[in-house]
Amino acid sequence: MTGFWGQARSLRKLTFWFAAIAAACLAFADIDITTRSPGHELWRMATGLVTPRIDDPQQWLDAVITTLTFSLQGVVLAAALGFVLAVFYRRAWVRILAAALRSVHEVFWALIFIQVFGISTLAGVLAILLPFSGTLAKVYGEQLEEIDPAPARAVQSGDRQSVSHFFYTRLPLALYAMRHYTAYRMECAIRSSVVLGFIGLPTLGFHLETALRTGDYGAASALLFTLLALVYSLRFWFRAGLLWLLVPAAFIVRPISANWSAANLAQFLRDCIPAPLRHDWPLEKTGRWLAWLGEQVASGAWNTALLAQIALVLTGLFALLASTLNSSHFVSGMARRTGDGFLLVLRSLPEYLLNFVGLIILGPSMLPAIIALTLHNGAIIGHLLGRHSDEIEPPAIPTGPLGRFAYHYVPTLYQRFLAYCFYRWEIIIRETAMLGILGIPTLGFYIDSAFQFLRFDVALILIGVSAGMTMGADFISQRLRRNLRMEAF
Amino acid sequence: MRYLTALLALLVSFGGHAADTQRPQFTFTAIPDQNEAELVRRFQQVADYLSGELGVEVRYIPVKSYPAAITAFRNNQVQLAWFGGLSGVQARRAVPGSEAIAQGYEDQFFKSYFIAHGSTGIEPADTLPQAVAGRTFTFGSKGSTSGRLMPEFHIRETFGESPGEVFSRVGFSGDHSRTIALVQSGAFEVGAVNYAVWDKAVASGEVDTDQVSVIWTTPEYADYQWTVRGDIDAQFGDGFKKKLTAALLAIDDRAILDSFPRSKFVPADNDDYRAIQQTAESIGLLSDF
Repeated sequence: MTGFWGQARSLRKLTFWFAAIAAACLAFADIDITTRSPGHELWRMATGLVTPRIDDPQQWLDAVITTLTFSLQGVVLAAALGFVLAVFYRRAWVRILAAALRSVHEVFWALIFIQVFGISTLAGVLAILLPFSGTLAKVYGEQLEEIDPAPARAVQSGDRQSVSHFFYTRLPLALYAMRHYTAYRMECAIRSSVVLGFIGLPTLGFHLETALRTGDYGAASALLFTLLALVYSLRFWFRAGLLWLLVPAAFIVRPISANWSAANLAQFLRDCIPAPLRHDWPLEKTGRWLAWLGEQVASGAWNTALLAQIALVLTGLFALLASTLNSSHFVSGMARRTGDGFLLVLRSLPEYLLNFVGLIILGPSMLPAIIALTLHNGAIIGHLLGRHSDEIEPPAIPTGPLGRFAYHYVPTLYQRFLAYCFYRWEIIIRETAMLGILGIPTLGFYIDSAFQFLRFDVALILIGVSAGMTMGADFISQRLRRNLRMEAF
Repeated sequence: MRYLTALLALLVSFGGHAADTQRPQFTFTAIPDQNEAELVRRFQQVADYLSGELGVEVRYIPVKSYPAAITAFRNNQVQLAWFGGLSGVQARRAVPGSEAIAQGYEDQFFKSYFIAHGSTGIEPADTLPQAVAGRTFTFGSKGSTSGRLMPEFHIRETFGESPGEVFSRVGFSGDHSRTIALVQSGAFEVGAVNYAVWDKAVASGEVDTDQVSVIWTTPEYADYQWTVRGDIDAQFGDGFKKKLTAALLAIDDRAILDSFPRSKFVPADNDDYRAIQQTAESIGLLSDF
């Protein structure tokens, strides 16, 4: 094992291996375009896009309020829980708990909570709260670790672990970065909130799914613009001063409620026990069940890994190229602002939505998922990388843009770029597994089938497999980043 | 600050409105087996009709998936549901004491159509044409009776293999309207669809029959039904189930019936769906292994 980690010290070698694996995966992947006339549908979409239409303003307003309250309640509670976890982030069990919470996608959490609490605010808020608190714990925790330790050491208090010691010497140094990151999570929460609508919670996604499914692209475009407007407007209203009003308002408008009974909960928990144990099956029958389950695990995990590795490398490629749109080395003035805006818009579109639209245009294969993951994640990394590139010096010898890109921009930024990609790796795996709900045979496909036939035991096992893969990627990427001394922030 | 106060007041007023509607309410849902706009139109009429007949406010809530309908039924978010054959069996297993009370006249002899894109050149036949083997194929929803269960049963009967082995690609479109659209566009070459949804789409001119046509009709089986929770009398008073059943059976408004489309509703009971349950068990959808 140490041999591998030692060898991987070379960034070039590492890149080569990831690219080679992705190329090999591509040979196995199903990437056909199966629609015969995608042009017609594209034309209808384009027409719809420029003729946005809201048929029922009451329903629209209701969905907007639900989208906002889910995300606001989810993020505020996740920030609180994440903060508590971050304070104890040095302890291994806290880190494992946080990794486990964020390794399960919002959509999977929602599918579970809808079973327990019905289609309710509690189900929606919990689905955002849990994975987000895991992510926030990790980021807050790392931000607190990276601060200058001098103030903490300077204060000679009797008890280094005391609460006031923490609040006065460590927290203030990390607070700015933490607030900044929380604002970004709010943007993610709005996206997640919309995606939860696709599986039945009453957010914008609920109506967006209907509109896209029925080809009503005018209505879909209005909802899409609403999503973009919500994300864009965040900078104006997601502020500490206003949150004192908005957060209580969110809890008043959509009080957290659930639709559940003890009997249902007990039944659900009983159904979560693996069938052979629950029914005390004989060995032979258990064997058949295990073989059937094993087939799903194998196929789902294989396809998830396949797709995620391809998407990871393409995401990297796209991010490198796209980052130039938001970099002072290549664009300035109006062009820069346009490039920045373009990446922000692309980043605001959830991969679930992009995949959904891709399936309509290109037909069922892995291709729409690959494109969706690449565009969404590539835009996120590209935007960050471009902004970071502003900090590096221009090349000593002036050359054309192509030469600048190949011999100055990429080499200088490469370490940072790989760090971002590895940071995103676990997220890409998580999302790949989830996109199976839309029909590609990654783990999400089998998880959706298990929920379809109320086999909650199978669903939980498969969600566990997906979480395990995500945590595996998280673990490997952490070791690689540590060995290669990459810094993402 | 003034704007904020106004905004807060507005939000609180919404909250008050939400609190008002928290009285126990009779709610029903339906499996989302086709175009949602059409479903909302259809079931809003049913809700209005039932409100009038039963003297309580009746509300229809749309859901996004078959299991969501079953879950809402299990969690008592809805007390009545328009289920398909298979989803009805699943729901009644999840809620002991629940009962099928009425079905459409046509649901006693329901069927599925296998449809194919014109470019395949597959001719209509009396048995499932062998020529479908090796094509791309789409079911409807994973939990659909007419779009999944019965078609898969007949595919296995004909070829002795699972759909994944018979076809070069197998998909689940999600609903019948989408199945028609996907086969018509050529995204899939062959598909299986609820005959009533197909006939209605053809009659209303939504299908280009040059592009896509029926190649085989399955034998008949029992499908859709109204299923009600067993504790409904306890929730809404003695005799409520009886009143509800009578109201459903008495629907004679052509506008409502045509929207299903069904000629009338007839009594049903759980035993009508025993064959569906056995079929689902035989092909492993509800199997005990």
